Amino acid sequence: MQSIETWIVKINSNKRLIEKGRWVNLTFTFGIGQNDYLFEIIEGKVISTTKRTILTRSGTFKIHGEKIAWEKHWLNIPPRDYHDIFAMLAKKLIIIDGNLTPFMQNLQYFKDLIASNRQSIK
Amino acid sequence: MKSINIEFEDIIGRYLNINVDNTNYRIYVEEAGQGIPLLCLHTAGSDGRQFRHILNDQKITKNFRVIAFDLPWHGKSNPPEDYELKDYKLTTSLYKKIIMSFCDNYKLNEPVIMGCSMGGRVVLHLALEQSNYFKAVIALEGSDKLEPYYDLDWLYRPDIHGGLIQSAFVSSQIAPQSPDKFRHETLWHYMQGGPGIFKGDLYFYWHDGDFDDRSGLIDTSKCPVYLLSGEYDCSCTPERTLATASRIKGAKAVIIPGIGHFPMSENPELFKSYIYPILDEILE
Repeated sequence: MQSIETWIVKINSNKRLIEKGRWVNLTFTFGIGQNDYLFEIIEGKVISTTKRTILTRSGTFKIHGEKIAWEKHWLNIPPRDYHDIFAMLAKKLIIIDGNLTPFMQNLQYFKDLIASNRQSIK
Repeated sequence: MKSINIEFEDIIGRYLNINVDNTNYRIYVEEAGQGIPLLCLHTAGSDGRQFRHILNDQKITKNFRVIAFDLPWHGKSNPPEDYELKDYKLTTSLYKKIIMSFCDNYKLNEPVIMGCSMGGRVVLHLALEQSNYFKAVIALEGSDKLEPYYDLDWLYRPDIHGGLIQSAFVSSQIAPQSPDKFRHETLWHYMQGGPGIFKGDLYFYWHDGDFDDRSGLIDTSKCPVYLLSGEYDCSCTPERTLATASRIKGAKAVIIPGIGHFPMSENPELFKSYIYPILDEILE
């Protein structure tokens, strides 16, 4: 698992990903175990990530999983049930909450953004 | 005039018309090969193109007449007249009638039927109800009991792009090991589905097609049942396939490692290494 900072650099240098997310302008919460991070996105780029300390700041929606679940998701070849956030959802390994409309409108973008923390993507 | 050599694939495509419950359906069908008819049924929200690698495989087509048709509302099969008057919803009854009407009109004699996903579910119904007609059924990613894990309304609403959401939903069903070119070809079919059609198919797949209360009545001595499912399938999971097999006495089940919900299109070579022995067994 790479640091959040390294991950964000990876996201913002992925031209195809940014292109796919060019209509995305929102903040969402990404939770890893006890830690929540607010990802602020403007036109597909992650402008800032801040550790969530004020609980009333939740973003448009929240995706949360345990550290071990994300570590498996981010393996180069993830095991079954961990290979995609919808597969993780089916197995109740993650929780997705909040206003899901923008998430669904840009579903592949968010899937790819989260998966982009893998050490190597095909 | 200079002669031109055109390297066509073996697949021939054409149309036929069938009538079900006084409704006419114009059906697009592709076929290749000769021998025992092998009728292939595509997944929910997709079409017969998923079977192109089977249709083009001469190791299969030397003994089997492989046939893949697009269900009405899918691929190049039109929806019926007046389709605009109501939302599409595939019921178990309509699905079975369309298949049997197709078989009747196509004059198929003792075909083997192989379906994937919703096709893999309906062939189990047919194994029970048409055991004297079908030579064998092959259920790919097929189960007699499923549990929905997402809300179908996301698939058909004006503020969400239907093609993109369909593709993004099913991308979770493809194994990470599958070659990128086949992953994206499989997803492309989903991007091309008509509005609300995937959702309408999932009514059968998630809700109307359960029949675990009757699957134990299938007589595999009359109609052999083969179940094949991918390790990475998160809807018809390996566990659900094995549970189905346990309810059907004599059914043979195999879990394919490193493949997902679309074995014939997401990783055709790996899939073929598992389907060849089954087809050989049917030939014997």
